[in-house]
Amino acid sequence: MAHEYSFYPGCSSQKGASGSNQMVSNETMCDKLDIKLNAIDDWNCCGASVGYSGGGELARLTISARNIAISEKQHPDQDLIATCPACWLATRETQERLHDDPQMMSDANKALAEIGVEYQGIKKPARHMTEVLVEDIGFDGIAKPVTKPLEGLKIAGYVGCQSNRPYGIAGESFENPMYLDKMSEAVGAEALTGYEKKASCCGGALMFSEQEKSQALVKEIIEAAYDHGADMIMTPCAMCQMNVEAYQSDINEKYGTKFDIPVVFYSQVLSVAYGSTASEAALDGQLIAPKKLIDIANK
Amino acid sequence: MADEMKVAGYICTGCGIGDRLDAGQLEMIATREGRIASCKQHEFLCSAEGVKMIKDDIDSGEATHLMIAACSRRAKTDAFSFGEIPMARANLREGVIWIRPEDPEQDETTQEMADDYIRMACNEVKQMNKPERSGEQELNKNILVVGGGVTGMTAAIEASKAGYPATIVEKSDHLGGALAGFSKKVPSKAPYAEPEDTGIAEMIAAIEADDTITVHLNSKLAKTSGAPGRFVAEIEGAGVTSEFGAIIQATGFTPYDANNLPELGYGKTPDVVTQLELEALVKDADGAIKRPSDGKEVESVVFVQCAGQRSTKENHLEYCSGFCCTTSIKQAMYFKEANGDINTTILFDDLRTPGAAGEDFYRAGQEAGVTFRKGKVSEVDGSLNVKFDDLILGMEDNIQPDLVVLATGMVPNSGVNIEAIAPKDDEEAEAGEQTENDDVVAVIDAESILNLDYRQGPDVPQLVNGFTDSHFICFPYETRRTGIYTAGPVRRPMDVEQAKSDAMGAAMKAIQAAENAALGRAAHPRSGDLSFPKFRLEGCTQCKRCTVECPFGAINEDEKGYPQFNEARCRRCGTCMGACPVRVISFENYNIMTVSEQIKNVDIPDEFDEKPRILVLACENDAYPALDMAAATGKIEYSAFARVIPVRCLGSVSTIWIQESLDSGFDGVVLMGCKKGADYQCHFVKGSEMAHYRMGKIGDTLETLSLEKERVAIYEVAITDIEKAPQYINDMAATIEEIGMSPFKF
Amino acid sequence: MSDLNQKMVEKYKGNFLQEVINNVEEGETMKMCMQCGVCSGSCPLGPHWEYPPQHIFMLIRAGKRDEVLNTDSFWNCTSCYNCIARCPRGVQITHVMHGLARYQKVLGLAPKNQPTEKFSQLFWDNLVQKGRVNELKLGLSLYFMNGFGEGIKTALKNQKLGMAMMKAKRMNPAEMFGGHGVKDPAGFQKMVKKAHELEAARIAGEES
Repeated sequence: MAHEYSFYPGCSSQKGASGSNQMVSNETMCDKLDIKLNAIDDWNCCGASVGYSGGGELARLTISARNIAISEKQHPDQDLIATCPACWLATRETQERLHDDPQMMSDANKALAEIGVEYQGIKKPARHMTEVLVEDIGFDGIAKPVTKPLEGLKIAGYVGCQSNRPYGIAGESFENPMYLDKMSEAVGAEALTGYEKKASCCGGALMFSEQEKSQALVKEIIEAAYDHGADMIMTPCAMCQMNVEAYQSDINEKYGTKFDIPVVFYSQVLSVAYGSTASEAALDGQLIAPKKLIDIANK
Repeated sequence: MADEMKVAGYICTGCGIGDRLDAGQLEMIATREGRIASCKQHEFLCSAEGVKMIKDDIDSGEATHLMIAACSRRAKTDAFSFGEIPMARANLREGVIWIRPEDPEQDETTQEMADDYIRMACNEVKQMNKPERSGEQELNKNILVVGGGVTGMTAAIEASKAGYPATIVEKSDHLGGALAGFSKKVPSKAPYAEPEDTGIAEMIAAIEADDTITVHLNSKLAKTSGAPGRFVAEIEGAGVTSEFGAIIQATGFTPYDANNLPELGYGKTPDVVTQLELEALVKDADGAIKRPSDGKEVESVVFVQCAGQRSTKENHLEYCSGFCCTTSIKQAMYFKEANGDINTTILFDDLRTPGAAGEDFYRAGQEAGVTFRKGKVSEVDGSLNVKFDDLILGMEDNIQPDLVVLATGMVPNSGVNIEAIAPKDDEEAEAGEQTENDDVVAVIDAESILNLDYRQGPDVPQLVNGFTDSHFICFPYETRRTGIYTAGPVRRPMDVEQAKSDAMGAAMKAIQAAENAALGRAAHPRSGDLSFPKFRLEGCTQCKRCTVECPFGAINEDEKGYPQFNEARCRRCGTCMGACPVRVISFENYNIMTVSEQIKNVDIPDEFDEKPRILVLACENDAYPALDMAAATGKIEYSAFARVIPVRCLGSVSTIWIQESLDSGFDGVVLMGCKKGADYQCHFVKGSEMAHYRMGKIGDTLETLSLEKERVAIYEVAITDIEKAPQYINDMAATIEEIGMSPFKF
Repeated sequence: MSDLNQKMVEKYKGNFLQEVINNVEEGETMKMCMQCGVCSGSCPLGPHWEYPPQHIFMLIRAGKRDEVLNTDSFWNCTSCYNCIARCPRGVQITHVMHGLARYQKVLGLAPKNQPTEKFSQLFWDNLVQKGRVNELKLGLSLYFMNGFGEGIKTALKNQKLGMAMMKAKRMNPAEMFGGHGVKDPAGFQKMVKKAHELEAARIAGEES
């Protein structure tokens, strides 16, 4: 029986957006795992990590409350999930904040009333796509559809920040989350479990405003992956993916490095292991081609 | 004592002993060489059946003395428990088979080890007699409590509840001590969020309503003499002399003199007060708290932590008084309770809020809006400008409050430092106790509290900074005067709740002391021991070493200078026995001969056999168990040439044993005792220290024998040193290999 | 000084801690800070802060309002949540830093030419227009946030990346015209406006 969820895609995972490779590969992956995602209609941006500045607290919580309210109306009995860690975090945080602060809840509903929407309170915390995989499908379930074990592929699992903190996946540690490593192993790849930058920050949205500071962080993340002999870096986060992949030539220019390491989504890796073509796994959506993964997909 | 000594031997072959050793040979050695009356083997001696076999022999008169060759004397003590019947235990399990490798090439030396332990045990037990209680004391259930503060009152109430009448002697005209001057106290109950009532009034009421508690106000002790079970106290002021079973000294503290702190503004303006002075201010306040100078309502207050404390400056206290951080939080909350807008700032270096309750209370202070700043105050001037370094922000800052409160510490009210005034009629004693005299707070002119009629001085000994000495790890209330227990801030800095639990502990110990005295039993650590030192006075040379070296002041002197022994004050460590140069002091079941005979009966192989012998004298409290535990790991070995003899305390080791062993051909001697010094772990406080001192002089003995000084080594060993202890033995084996065998083999 | 700032100075009379508790997102939680400094040590951009989080908390307690409201420290927050994950006292540090930045802005004290402050405002404006973020327009406005000349330079510098993104179908030039969004942008904007009004009223002490 298919697992069915209410799905909040978010801005960067739309078609033609910076994370569209995640969107495409996620669809492929879900298809293979018999997961049905019902996108909520008319969702809005979550405010992401810099929404606090222009939005303040109430407006930021209100826009997320709108998404939750819509989801509950459209897919009342389905868990609300997101692939983007920022979307997930903002949504879950909104649920908690409005639950804990009745005044905030009442104010948010006053604002929502302007468009005739009512937020009724927390039912079940919003979930991240990786929670669905780890908890509902399980690592055995992740291994099941594998038709092309990714033997010999060395993967640095880069969890990053917001899928890991402050909520994270139940049972994982903030300092050394293992779920990406376990996913890699489930599909036959070699997980570089000692990759010490797995939960380090890539600079997030500050890549746009503070390039130098952020790229210094990214440099460390890439360097550590090379130190461990990684073939590629794998991440659950569109922001991480973009930041770590897109600025390697800038970093090379600045630091004299010769970085050229692919940065892929776990959904792309799983899709290839499940026998998808390179384009089904959106490998053509990479700036740095993950050659080894493409080779396996083309086999 | 039985008319005829019948030593019965029992060799256990269980736990692999029978597999590793030739039990038949052991039995033969016991009867032929050990010359004991009978010897039996059993494959499971500690089983009900094995124990019954022994008991039957005792009941039938076949066994008056027992030689049990099985596991360590520390194992199976419940099974091998036969009252006061003399018993020696040959340690074949931990002491032989577990500590030696299972290797055919080693079998010979392993068997020799066991053979010797049989010889040793057979000859040891023959020197032992059944100890019997002295009958020196009757049961006296009255407990004397010196000091009527929260500690003393708690002790009296607790003793009374347990059925032991208490008498409080209080020097002032009221009960309650320092806490009586407090407005409220730091909370003692969950959620530890608000200051609570001191409870002093209830305690006083409880004491007044209690028929079994007698209170003498405006009184002090003019003279205290006797021993546990028969203390006699002359109570000046009350004009009575009474007898007590035990004493609790709860004399608390004296506030540190803030006049030593002009740099913090004390004395320059009345608006700089101590914590205790603030309590009075708050107690007297009717509504708002007003500052002393002009009666202005306080709108801003600064607390300066560690005022004159944790500082090596002259006239400062080196230590942390432990109670002042939570007290300042409490006092800040007085202001916050009166008016939430009052600015309360606590300037601390390290905020120390002991215990879970302290941590919760700190959080409550934060919730209440108290400002905590890590800052070191450099100056408070006459206009109340508080200058400080903010240690977080790394900048100088200043605050101008209406009131400054100094967290000054507590100075123990412990009476006379007897070690600073003790008569130094013996140069050894002087050397042995020197370590303490370097860092004592000089209180030579302090008035005595107990006025003990002891040869060793009028008050209980102090450790450092004037706090009374008590075994901080194992027996926190036991002072070095048996039957006298100190509790509360006289023992170490502490807060109210800690003082209360301290008082309960001391009350319990005092009750035990009174009961033990009546039964002639020892207090900690040899609790229940009936043996006590006997003096063969006709051999005594009145050298006074025993009276000086006894860590517990158990021995007085009569007019002629002969030792006067007080059995109930004795802890049975044997330090007097080790001190006595003419060997006239002995216990029924532990004496010069019990050890000498073991040493003499070790088989010493010919020099050319290349089988040296190492005598190990190991303290039974830490070193011996450490060796047992090393054996239990199954991974650690020590030399098969070692022969280990447990001793009650290294202080009980007589130099004659060292001399005899070297004379008879032992190649090396290793002594292991507990840690000594200000942070001692010696169960008898000074025993290990005395042994180290005495062994410092063993060089002369070695010289007269023309032996290398490396042949005798002394170590401090803790119970956890399971790797070090065997290593010291192996080191000696290596040393002997290097310097060669002893020439004294005959 | 803005009117609101003036009003706040008068209202809190030097009790800056209370001002923060009342007006800054999750400000209440900072009361429990015990100055261990784990937050500062955990911050990926920690060395770039004029006052790292630990110092910010200490300054607030010490009533150093000007120092706190004139620094651009908290604009260095990358929202990595390391500090929250590690704080032993449950202080919601990330949110307090966001809240301080927002509060600084509300008081009219946001530092001039602070890149993250500028970018984040552009982001929010972009978001509010259609209810969703238009990455292309955001990117372009980002390039031009420091003026036209600077913008051309930045755009040229990032041209290669832009082209690569388009090739990888991760940037859509069609987004320039219209682009995706919620069905009722006007309603969305009305809702946001209402939220802003309610929050402003609360800060100004006009409880609704």
